[in-house]
Amino acid sequence: MSWIKPVKFIAKKLALSIAISATVVSFAQAEKIGFPEKEELKFGFIKLTDMAPIAVAYEQGYFEDEGLYVTIEAQANWKVLLNGVIDGTLDGAHMLAGQPIAATMGFGTKAHIITPISMDLNGNAITVSNDIWAQMKPHVPKQADGKPVHPIKADSLKPVVDSYIAKGKPFNMGMVFPVSTHNYELRYWLAAGGIHPGYYAPHKGDTSGQLEAQAMLSTVPPPQMPSTLEAGTIFGYCVGEPWNQQAVFKGIGVPVITDYEIWKNNPEKVFGLTAEFAEKYPNTTIRLTRALIRAAMWLDENDNANRPAAVKILSQPNYVGADYDVIANSMTGTFEYEKGDKRAIPDFNVFFRYNATYPYYSDAIWYLTQMRRWGQISEHKSDDWYKDLAKKVYRPDIYEKAAQSLIDEKIADAKDFPNFATETGFRAPQSDFIDNILYDGTKPNAYIDSFKIGLKKEDKL
Amino acid sequence: MTTIINKLPITTPSVVSLKNFISSISKMLILPFIGITLFLMFWNIAAQNINTSLGQFPGPQAVYEQFHSLYDEHTAERAKADKFYERQEVRNAARLEADPTYNAKVRNYTGKETFFDQILTSLVTVMSGFLLAAIIAIPLGIAMGLNRHLNAAINPIVQIFKPVSPLAWLPLITMVVSALYISDDPMVSKSFLNSLLTVTLCSLWPMVINTSIGVSSLDQDLKNVSRVLRLPTLKHIQKIVLPASIPMIFTGMRLSFGVAWMVLIAAEMLAQNPGLGKFVWDEFQNGSSDSLARIMAAVIVIGFIGFLLDRGMLQLQRMASWDKSATTV
Repeated sequence: MSWIKPVKFIAKKLALSIAISATVVSFAQAEKIGFPEKEELKFGFIKLTDMAPIAVAYEQGYFEDEGLYVTIEAQANWKVLLNGVIDGTLDGAHMLAGQPIAATMGFGTKAHIITPISMDLNGNAITVSNDIWAQMKPHVPKQADGKPVHPIKADSLKPVVDSYIAKGKPFNMGMVFPVSTHNYELRYWLAAGGIHPGYYAPHKGDTSGQLEAQAMLSTVPPPQMPSTLEAGTIFGYCVGEPWNQQAVFKGIGVPVITDYEIWKNNPEKVFGLTAEFAEKYPNTTIRLTRALIRAAMWLDENDNANRPAAVKILSQPNYVGADYDVIANSMTGTFEYEKGDKRAIPDFNVFFRYNATYPYYSDAIWYLTQMRRWGQISEHKSDDWYKDLAKKVYRPDIYEKAAQSLIDEKIADAKDFPNFATETGFRAPQSDFIDNILYDGTKPNAYIDSFKIGLKKEDKL
Repeated sequence: MTTIINKLPITTPSVVSLKNFISSISKMLILPFIGITLFLMFWNIAAQNINTSLGQFPGPQAVYEQFHSLYDEHTAERAKADKFYERQEVRNAARLEADPTYNAKVRNYTGKETFFDQILTSLVTVMSGFLLAAIIAIPLGIAMGLNRHLNAAINPIVQIFKPVSPLAWLPLITMVVSALYISDDPMVSKSFLNSLLTVTLCSLWPMVINTSIGVSSLDQDLKNVSRVLRLPTLKHIQKIVLPASIPMIFTGMRLSFGVAWMVLIAAEMLAQNPGLGKFVWDEFQNGSSDSLARIMAAVIVIGFIGFLLDRGMLQLQRMASWDKSATTV
């Protein structure tokens, strides 16, 4: 709330009105999309580097170019953020890809949330405490120079977990939210290394996700990950940046693997808003999508040339607020594992290239398959059920309108987008997973059955 | 210092007055100065020896620098706000040209709140919450003090709610406010209302209790005067009860105000409501190398404001009260 009213502004009014007549502001596109129905908006975010498109759209004036006056507000955790969007305190927010899907499906709070745009690819990592790393390290294969061979598989964590189980001590790990990308990535990595991360059984009221678990996963808000690890409550976590690099800087933990290595170019955050909002304010929805697309383009422009400027924006206390160096580590294409072991990962944070912003149905379906795999979807569903739900949540139709208008105005280039005339919304089958299992979004059930650890077709807890 | 002065031989009246003068100066200025200097030195030494995972604990120098940078941020943000209003003006005008039906209005700046905005927000919140509490508590306390039966009926409730930490109320308040306070164009934001009601709930009880005790312990002589004059109830309250119980009422208000300020900061932290508490929490979450120094700067400001508020209440009490002896520091 601003208590200070625009006093100076009134004084300047006269002088300005002369300037206005000379200023050319283009509202040409307005004829096509129409003026925004709602001009004052409030967006929520969690302090993670992948909220960058929202911050950039604000700071670069892209929201204002659309006639939108946006206030951006950090939220305490993902649940508060989702509730804010549902009850209307927030008009939209930076969300975990799983959140709109789970909310629409009714796992957790039920509400019809849609997503007109994906926000980024990759950007997460798994960090373990120094103590666990010391126990893991003997099992990790080494390169000629003595540094570990990456990607590090959970196979080398398995003996450590086994020793905890033998001693009767729980092996605790943190992830940010039950339907978060991090939860599924951490589970994927653990399961690929033979460690069972536990099942959910919502039909029996069990939402802890620890049934039959060898590693106990629990929820910790991202900014609190490092301090929780330091306190010894958890031995490792999966979280977005800058909270892995923060652990390296603080000297309290070692990132072992990035999600880029678990699933190359995995879809990560999305922009979520209620279906009701999109229906009531269609122009506003398209316009905010346009602003976010432009921000994503800016972030990846000229081979990440704008990243240092973006890091500067993000390090402001009202956005992510961590030190410039900590954020810059991952945002500018490098990632520091063990202290001093800095490696180049140019695609660690992708905001625009590889069609990162297009809301693919197949991305939504991947999350659904993992929800089924770990029991959040408690019973077998048909392939069509998965596709219908994905189509209800992911809205490439809105995205295409926004992108097309940018192309028409020559702000964007058509070759940077999928061919909208032929695009089906399903990516070609991908196999860039750490365990090389092929994912074809059109056949979710076949995919679910291909995992060694996890619920299969007819399984029910 | 005082001991040396005491040993001075008292010979002439002028020496006595000089001695008094020096001792009062030393009491007012020199001793606090020594105290603060020692504290700063101790703080400085202690800070150098505490290493957190966010770097060294901030010493006085680091905090002083943060005050500067907070001020710089404030002026930078104001400059940004001015530009925002200019751009908005241009945009509104252009839009009006394209669409004459457009109802152009000036929207408040959408950028971040600076440290100084947060201070102002906290102050406004605590004052409003406190005023609301006073409006409820003082009439209620007077009614309870006048009527033994009413007192017996309400007292147990007051006694039970008084020791409850208002933070326990916070989740309930949040839910109730979001359920009942629905408006398309709200006058005040929900978060403001949440903090305000939390402050009200915590400052209510000491005021009710003190007021009712003040009123019920009214001197029998005064009551007799009122009876002899056959004053109607309202006149009785206005001329006899209120003046007599003002010292107690103000004591209650001062107590409440202190608690209210403390609770507000905690409530803002917990509920992420705008204000100094949110500033502290945000900085903690940011975990940058400046965070601790910025939090320490906020701590000092919070303390200083609390002190000023208390002094303000005391001054008010002195002005309103006939019994000057009741208002010691």
